[in-house]
This record gives sequence, structure tokens and C-alpha cells, in this order.
Amino acid sequence: MTASGVTTTSALTMAGLRIEVDGRGHDIVDEVDFSIEPGEVLGLVGESGSGKTTVGLAALGHARRGAKITGGVVTVDGHDMLGLDENSLRALRGRVVSYVPQDPGAALNPALRIGKQILEVLETHHFGADDKARRERVTEVMSEVLLPSTPSFLKRYPHQLSGGQQQRVGLAMAFACRPALIVLDEPTTGLDVSTQAHVLATVRDLCREHQVAALYVTHDLAVVANLADRVAVMYAGRVVEEGPTMTIFAAPAHPYTRYLVAAAPDMTGDRIMVGLAGRAPAPGSRPSSCFFAARCELVHAECLGELPPLREIAHGHKVRCTVPFAVPASIEAADPPPPLVIETRPDAALSLADICASYTGIEVVHNVTFDVQRGECVALVGESGSGKSTLSKSIGGLHHEWTGTLTVSGRPLAQSSRDRSTKERLAIQYVFQNPYQSLNPRRTIGDSVARPLVIGGTGKAETTRAVGEMLERVSLTAGYAHKYPDQLSGGERQRAAIARALVSKPDVLICDEVTSALDVLVQAAIIDLLADLQRDLGLAMLFVTHNLPVVRSIARRVAVMADGKIVEFGPVEKILTEPEQEYTKRLLADTPVVPTL
Amino acid sequence: MTAAIDIVDTPGGVPGGVVVGDAGAGRPTGLIHRALRLWRTRVGLALLVVVVGVALLGPLFAPHGETEGVGIPNKSHVDGLLFGTDKLGQDVWSRFLLGGRSILLFAIVATALGLLFGVTIGLFCALNRGKLDELLMRSIDIILALPSLLLTLVAITTIGPETWLIIATVALTTTPRIARVTRGAAIVVVERDFVAAAEALGESRFRILRSELLPNVSGPLLVEANLRLTYSIGIVASLAFLGFSTDANGANWGTMIQENRLALAVQPWGVVLPTIAIAVLTISTGLLGDGFARANAGIDRGRSE
Repeated sequence: MTASGVTTTSALTMAGLRIEVDGRGHDIVDEVDFSIEPGEVLGLVGESGSGKTTVGLAALGHARRGAKITGGVVTVDGHDMLGLDENSLRALRGRVVSYVPQDPGAALNPALRIGKQILEVLETHHFGADDKARRERVTEVMSEVLLPSTPSFLKRYPHQLSGGQQQRVGLAMAFACRPALIVLDEPTTGLDVSTQAHVLATVRDLCREHQVAALYVTHDLAVVANLADRVAVMYAGRVVEEGPTMTIFAAPAHPYTRYLVAAAPDMTGDRIMVGLAGRAPAPGSRPSSCFFAARCELVHAECLGELPPLREIAHGHKVRCTVPFAVPASIEAADPPPPLVIETRPDAALSLADICASYTGIEVVHNVTFDVQRGECVALVGESGSGKSTLSKSIGGLHHEWTGTLTVSGRPLAQSSRDRSTKERLAIQYVFQNPYQSLNPRRTIGDSVARPLVIGGTGKAETTRAVGEMLERVSLTAGYAHKYPDQLSGGERQRAAIARALVSKPDVLICDEVTSALDVLVQAAIIDLLADLQRDLGLAMLFVTHNLPVVRSIARRVAVMADGKIVEFGPVEKILTEPEQEYTKRLLADTPVVPTL
Repeated sequence: MTAAIDIVDTPGGVPGGVVVGDAGAGRPTGLIHRALRLWRTRVGLALLVVVVGVALLGPLFAPHGETEGVGIPNKSHVDGLLFGTDKLGQDVWSRFLLGGRSILLFAIVATALGLLFGVTIGLFCALNRGKLDELLMRSIDIILALPSLLLTLVAITTIGPETWLIIATVALTTTPRIARVTRGAAIVVVERDFVAAAEALGESRFRILRSELLPNVSGPLLVEANLRLTYSIGIVASLAFLGFSTDANGANWGTMIQENRLALAVQPWGVVLPTIAIAVLTISTGLLGDGFARANAGIDRGRSE
């Protein structure tokens, strides 16, 4: 049991933690030092590959397959997690320290009723005096996570719950034994903004009320802004900055943190999103100097010596940089964006009239009507299940069950892409959400990008030239044509996918959640690229997203979609600052944003 | 030799146009490359080369004819003969060298046919889910429910031991399993966006099958094809052993075992040689298949966070 009332002992202490690639000796993370007090929430922020999940798992005394904890101390509520054998650790996990994974749907046992699953945690750890006490605790913890605790609800199976409810059950299981520490690994990724807001509020309240410490692992700086008391930023396996949340946002000391804050989308329009080139060094290829030096604009001789230590520059504010608080030029130069004056021609490039789409006979998109003009970007914003993807797939000819009139440059289009002519198909191009899935792994980038031209009947020499040119255009080089997708990073793949979509010079480009699978710095760069291309090529673009803040940098008009209907449609400034509809207001309020200074 | 286990840290992504590595570099390692790094694949390949060499090139070195009587039957020591005579007084060594070709050819042709039909059915079903898919898959279930050897025996006893029939029936027993595996592997691929991208471009169905689906199921398919080859060899040899070979007097490893097993005590070579050959053949294809399966399973090892 936790030492309730005694706050002198930290709930979690990590000191000099080092985790290596097993058998090779390359460090995945090293020199990780921090502690979390009871009732405190620490946000551990980093891009994918930064080692944040590895650190989160180390708090449970666990290392993934292929990784090995080789040094340091991890203490949870007085227990030495690295010195215990597997059986003792198992007894502690769930009781003293618990874990909430990213995907609740995959983490819950689909064959067990949820009441039983929570009860099982309590039984395993002999929580409470008897069965009756445990059943009471199940009811209690359900109400703590704001779920109904009626017998009929407890008898449900995980698949009968929504994603948000599943994650609450995950929280209930984690909080069931009143642990001292709870590790949350991106628990709201994949949830809608409103669901996310509620889950975050639940976590915050539970931690405060029951003096539970939380380590919240995430790639999204905005999520921790309202949740965490302190934030630690990880880069290439090292903590580069740690401090109180407000300090991190108001006065980031490390240039990397500054880039993270600058890359976060902003709803107010006071600043633009700034991306950053390069990638973090992987284990085994990390230099002995500052890891960030290769990407840092502020690099000077001292940076190329040794990796700077994490030193305290103010009370509770630590940074691993030789020139703390210096502002990179590209961020300083990032003035508020000029008002979007885009030359639009009055003729609609894409026009939807009375579009109704259905799935297996059930209508999910109702009477959607709007135009996208030439040279204009319209954002289609909605939560999952709002019908935005069905609508965009219908336009792209990938979903066939729809009625209504869809015209591109004045020509009406058939339902299915198969019934459209080659010219019509090439006039609408589609960029998919996940660049890890949208490129054939067995084909070179050049071949994939060339396909639309080959189908369109372009000659070989001309195709090669156009592919090379297009790759340059999306800031890849022509040399990428010979690479395979698995040799590219996520951002590079998405650039290749954009090149494929644009190579046939389409009239209309549909971008379906194109940045949701990418890290925040990469997202900023991709949005920047799309905005440039859209302006330069005079494209009509439909930018589909669930992320309201990103539309500010790219779209001129916004269509907000809910339950298959367009609930609000208008200029981006108006929708983001003074929305009329209740739904849009709620969406805006629930969207986590990085606080502006 | 051990497989290289790479812990590839997922890179955070490169926003800028930074060229990573040398441009124009090809694919680092293919499945075959990775498979050949495993000892079992190498041993399997070496054994296979030996047996296939014997079966294909053996006839060139056979000192005597297939049905040529050269001495007293069932003698293990005969001057001038390496392994003595069989029950009809024919040269065991010559019959051994001559008897592999038909087994190997039948098995390979049958497997190839099974592969062709199985892959086509499997990919088609994966791409066009619906009534036809259901119908085909349930028919396959029926064929799978019958033991393959029984099925071939029924066909051959009804019609007679014709070459085409042996190949066709063995192919028929191979097809459903390959179709099943192909469909299973392809269903996952069909859901991925690059197939939708090809649909949006209006690629033909055939092209989607061939260029988008097939290359992405080749790994598990290679493994399954190898396994099927192993089983086909077994069936073809069993058929010959049971007396269903196209030429009743012709040399055939299966027939040889059957003919000479009664004289095993006095003249073991007539049984031992073909038995070793068939065993080595199945073991080698098995090892190869296993090697490929392991190399294939390790494709994305350590990739995901």
C-alpha cells in the first residue's frame, strides 16, 4: 500500500537509467534522471524513436524484447524495480505501479466481461478483505472513471463499448488497486478530441484526489499542456529539458523544445507552424557531442565537444544545452502569416450537390453540398464517425454507394473510379492517411510515382523526367526514385505519396488526414509543403482532418462535419474564432492547444 | 550462421530533403538473401542439389538399361555391379539412377500447377470478397476434408495410372492449400491503402493482382510452395509404391521399394537406396521451406515501436 499522507518519498525515482540494444551495447536511452511526487503528473514528450516508451516501461521494471536495462536505479514507492526478480515484479505491477497502454481495444481481453476483468486485477493482488469488498471496489472504481457501475454495464464485453469507454475501463483497471504510480502510454491517441478531453480530465482528477503519481508518455505537446504539472522532453534517448509545464511553454530553454512548441499548430493565427529538417540519430549512430547539434541553427564550437550535461538553470528547470534560451533564427523570423489572399477563380473545380453516401444500406452522409474553387483549399473537419472519410472516399471513387451530383471542372463523375475515364480519374488525386500503407513496399518510389503517368499514356523518357522533377518539387531528390519505401522515414514517404498524387497534374487534390500518422515536427513541414504546392500549382484542395488547429495554416474555408452533415461552413478565421454552431464551439474547446505566450 | 537481428529504431521522420544513404541503392536484402544466411537453408539447398542431380543426371551414368536382366535375382554382391541385383535380376544401381526422374518431375509439375491455380484462386478471392469467394472457399473446404492420398487413389483406380491423371490429382490436392494460404495473406494486403491507390488510378484487376498483391504475399507463398513440394514428392512416391505408376516395369524409387521390400534381408540395397533418396529429397525441401519461413517471419523484426 502506498504511504498515504507521507510525501517525503517520491512515487517514482529514476537515476542514471541506461537501456541498451541487447548484445550490441548501443544505448537506446541513457542518463535518465527524474522523479515524480505522489499526486503529480509528469508529461514525457518526444517524437517516435526518442525512447519515451522505453523509459515508461522501465518504470515497471520491464524492457522490450531486444532491449536491456544495463544501468541506473528505478524506485517506485520505495521498491527497487531493477533489483527484483520477475515474480516479485509481477506482484508489484498492477498493485504499486500500473500501466495504461495506447490501444485499449487491443489491451482488454475480448472474451471477458469488463466487470470480471477489473475484478481479476483485484483478485490477483488480493486487494480487499474478501470477495464482497472487491466487488464493492469494482463499483467504486467504475464511478471514479465516470462509467456506470450497474450490473448490466459490468456484464458488457469490451467490443460493446466505445473507444473512450474502453480506455476508461483501462484506467479503471490501472487505478483499481490504488497504485502509487501509473504509467500512461499515449492513452488518448486514436480517440476523438472530445473523448480525449474527458479522459484527460479524468486522469488529472484521479491523480489529484487519490495522490497517485502519473507518468504520461506522449508525442503531442499540446496534450500535456493542461494535464501535466511538469514536462520532460526527450530527444534521441536523452532528457534534453525538464521543468514546470508553464515554464516549458512560456520559456523553453532547449532549441529542440522551442521547435516542438513552434511546430504545434496554432488556432489563433498569431504564429505559423515551423518545421525542422533532419532526423534524430538512432542508437549506434549517436555522436559524442550534442545530439541535436546537427539540426540546430544555434550550433557553435562548444556544442561539438561533449554531450552537455542536464543542468539546472532555474529552480526545477533543467536543460541539456550550452546556450539555453537562445532563439533559432527560423523561429524568430516566423512572423504571423500574411492573410491568405489566394486568387480564386469563380468556377468551381470540385462541386458537390446533394451527396448522400451509405454503408450497406445505412445512410452515413446526408445531403452534402459545397464547392471548392480553383486555387482554393477547403478543410473538411470532423471527428471519427462523422462521415468525412466516407465523403472523401466517395469523391475519390473509392466508395461506390452514394447518390447526388459530383462534378469536377464541370464534368459530372460516375460513382466508382472504375466507371470514370482515365482522364477523369487523373483529374482527382488522393493522398492517404498513412504513408506506411499507401506505398507498395515491393516497388521503388520512382515506379510508384510514375504509375499515374504510365496509365495516362505518357512516354518513358517524359515520365522519368516528370518523376524526377516532381520528387524535387516535394523536397526529395531524384535519387529517391530508386529507393524502396522501407528505406524512407514517415515524412519522406508522405512526400513521395504527395508526389504520386501531383505528378499527373490533377485539378483536385484530396488529402485524407495526411499528417495524423506523423510526428509534430514532420507534420508542420508536410503542411507547409502542401500549402506551397497548393498555392503554386493553383490546386483545388480538400483537406480532410480531425485536427482543427492545423487548418489555419492551409485552408481558406472550413466545413465542419458531424453525424454525416455539414453543420457549419465558412472562412477559416470565422470558424476558428467565432463559430456559430454549438458543435463547433465544443470541438474548439476540447482541442488541446499549446498555450501561447 | 545466425540471422542478423536488427533493432531498427523507428526514425522520427525527416521533414527536409535530406538524402539519407547513397542515392540509387537497391533493396538491402531480399527474402532469398536472408534465407541463405541460415544454416538450414544452406544444408537443405546442398542436399536438394545432390538428389536433384542424381535424378536428372543419373540416367546419363546408368551402366545398364532399365529392364535389362544382368544376373541372378536378389544378390547383394555381384561382380561388376555396385549394389547387386533386384528381384528380377536387374541392376539396382542403374534402376536407382533412372528411377528419380519421374518422381521429381511429377512432383514439380504437380506443385507448379497447384501453385498456378491456387495463387489465382486465392488472390481473386481476396480481392473480390463475396458470394463467389464463399463458394470457392467452401469447395476448397470439401477437398481439404478428404485425405489427399485417398483422393488421388480414388481417381487413379477409377481411370487408371495415366501420367496426366497422376499430375492432375496431385495438383488438385495441392491447389486448395495454396489457395487458402494465398487468400489469407492477401486479405491483409488488400486492406492497405496502396491497393486503394491503385483502384483510384483505375489499374486493371489483373494488374492489381499481379503487381500490388502478388509481390506482397510472395514470402508466405514461397514457404507454402516448398511445403507442398515436399508433400507432392511423398504422394507421388506413395502412389508408385502402391503400384500405380505409368510404367509397371519402369524404374521408379517408389516402385523399387515396393518390389524389393520382401527381399530386404538378403538384398537391402534395392530398398535402402531409393528410401534414402526420397528421405533426403523431402528433408531438403523441408529444410529449405523452414529456412524461408524463418527468414520471412523476421522481415519486420524490431521495426515497430
